[in-house]
Amino acid sequence: MTGSRKNNLNMFLTSAEGPAVDRKGGIMKSPQSMGTNRSGIDLSPQGAEEMTKAVQEFPPSSEGNAHTLTQLRAPYLDEADPIGSIPLPGTIKGAAKSGMQKLMGRHAEVLIDKLGGRLAFERTGTRLYDALIGKFLSRKDEATMLSIDELQRFRAEEAAHIGLCWDALRELGADPNCVTPMADTNAVASIGLMQIIADPRMTVAQSLHAIHVAELADNDGWQLLIKLAREMGQEDIAGRFQTALEEEDCHLAAVRTWIEHICLDAAGVR
Amino acid sequence: MAINLLRDKGTPLDRQHFTWKDLVPKPISKLNVDAFTRVRIILMNGIESETNRFSHSCARMNKELQGYLARVRRKEQHQQTIVNWLLPADQSPLETTIGYEQVAIEVTAALAEAEPDPYIAQVLRFGLLEDFDHLYRYSALLDRLQGIDANTITQGYTDIVPGRPTVDEHRDPLDDLREHYDKRKAAPLTKLHAYTILAGEHQTHDYYMHYGPWFADPLARQLYAEIASIEEQHVTQYESIIDPTESWMEKWLLHEANEVYNYYSCVEYEDHPQVKAIWERFLDYELGHLQFAIDVCKHVERRDPAEYLPERLPDPIAYQSHREYVRQVLRDEVDLRADGTRFVNKTQEPERSLNYRRQMNVDGSPSEIVAAGWRWSPGGELVAGQGFKEAA
Repeated sequence: MTGSRKNNLNMFLTSAEGPAVDRKGGIMKSPQSMGTNRSGIDLSPQGAEEMTKAVQEFPPSSEGNAHTLTQLRAPYLDEADPIGSIPLPGTIKGAAKSGMQKLMGRHAEVLIDKLGGRLAFERTGTRLYDALIGKFLSRKDEATMLSIDELQRFRAEEAAHIGLCWDALRELGADPNCVTPMADTNAVASIGLMQIIADPRMTVAQSLHAIHVAELADNDGWQLLIKLAREMGQEDIAGRFQTALEEEDCHLAAVRTWIEHICLDAAGVR
Repeated sequence: MAINLLRDKGTPLDRQHFTWKDLVPKPISKLNVDAFTRVRIILMNGIESETNRFSHSCARMNKELQGYLARVRRKEQHQQTIVNWLLPADQSPLETTIGYEQVAIEVTAALAEAEPDPYIAQVLRFGLLEDFDHLYRYSALLDRLQGIDANTITQGYTDIVPGRPTVDEHRDPLDDLREHYDKRKAAPLTKLHAYTILAGEHQTHDYYMHYGPWFADPLARQLYAEIASIEEQHVTQYESIIDPTESWMEKWLLHEANEVYNYYSCVEYEDHPQVKAIWERFLDYELGHLQFAIDVCKHVERRDPAEYLPERLPDPIAYQSHREYVRQVLRDEVDLRADGTRFVNKTQEPERSLNYRRQMNVDGSPSEIVAAGWRWSPGGELVAGQGFKEAA
């Protein structure tokens, strides 16, 4: 059949539809062992050789290297507007709040921006857990060491952290509904994470990788926010956030353990 | 498989059913699928899109056909959804772009090689060398923006080297127009080629226009803007090779026949079981659409569809690597340019195109900058020359 290529080398015998089998005839456990990955060049050595020949015959049409690209980008960097502005309290009442009074003479917008960012990330984080729980309930046998109770507790704690950030912003007289630049940055950064967990083809282990990335960023985010709140005289807020950080520590430790167990189990070394 | 375009009934329109679940099939694996399965999916999305685009234009100009067109168009809409939704979410817009350019190269080369009309074959080869260059420019972008080797998508079937440099492809609009085939004399294959290439190029244009703003990087945004402009030129070129004196009904019949031809070609070459089943189902659906349009032609226009359509389909589109053919075209024709509808050496290019090109490139050329000194190598330029281990 033209337009397709027979595999000329593979450790495993595979069929188009059925699971991969190893040389001894045992069924491979991992769903990722099914089929043949065609993205490399070892399945097509002749194609790669021909492509290399073509490169010799048809050279680049312009001189330079990867650094040449900065020529085009530089003016855009010079001329770029910010992604948006940090929303300061929109009402006189808001500006008069005691929390905001303490920030007078300091850069209140930095704290508001970070709080907005944390709020957005906790919202997305809750949805990441929703998606993971939905996947796990259908695929429990992929990761038997995971606990649904723990996943649901983590989800509930992420949701509770939304309230912490919301209330802190209100105490400062800011509008928690506003998308701050940091909130937008987090939203962009989270797109790939949700793409992983929402994709039915991605395993529970791969989805946990996305949660791991989120929890790492979340953990550092809370630490920085606590430090910032303290430095800006917001001791009450910082104290409440400390509880959130302790919960995030638990999330991160559990996710790390799960990932390690799943990986070592899959490798058959645990 | 012998298909009789005038007699085969296919699946009647009222037996073509869909559900929302049906519209969202399991996507292909970006990593495991053969590159030509992806090529077929991308092209067939374009074929469906073109038919819907034509159908809307036709409906706007022909009150008496609106009801007939609307009934078929609903089916085409859902067919296009199923086909396009076969693409997976982990295939980024830039990776999909690499797939689009592989379509433009391998399908255009297949059509050019089989085209019986020498002038139309020349038109196809002219466009081929330009799309060939786009693959090189986008591959440089993929490598330099994300560190990804475009060959992970093209899988060794297609060379990744410069063609007619994109910087030189910008022409005055009058130099994008071509002579059209004569509807009374042209071989059926010529008409099918013209409708197929127009569909592919129009979809490519629309894809780049849609995804250009998706990129954050100014260079990527400029490159998509530049190549989308060339795709607009290609749409202008390819729509002008179709005989404009074909009636609306004749064009409708040719669109449906072309869909049959394209699904038939996919069925002949596909070996992905799930995707092949979709091609087979839609081949039957398109035969149903064609029969429906034939009936409309008989009753509304009181014309014999055999005046417009052949009975038998030509050989299918050759879904295979055209490496040697493309290289030879590149050696022979890279310096061709257009003077109105004629092809000339670059020394004879009209001043109007040279002026336009100078104007567009005055602030620099994104396609030249993105690929400055860039050569394809396995794994990308971060790996090239590092002395890493080769395959045992």
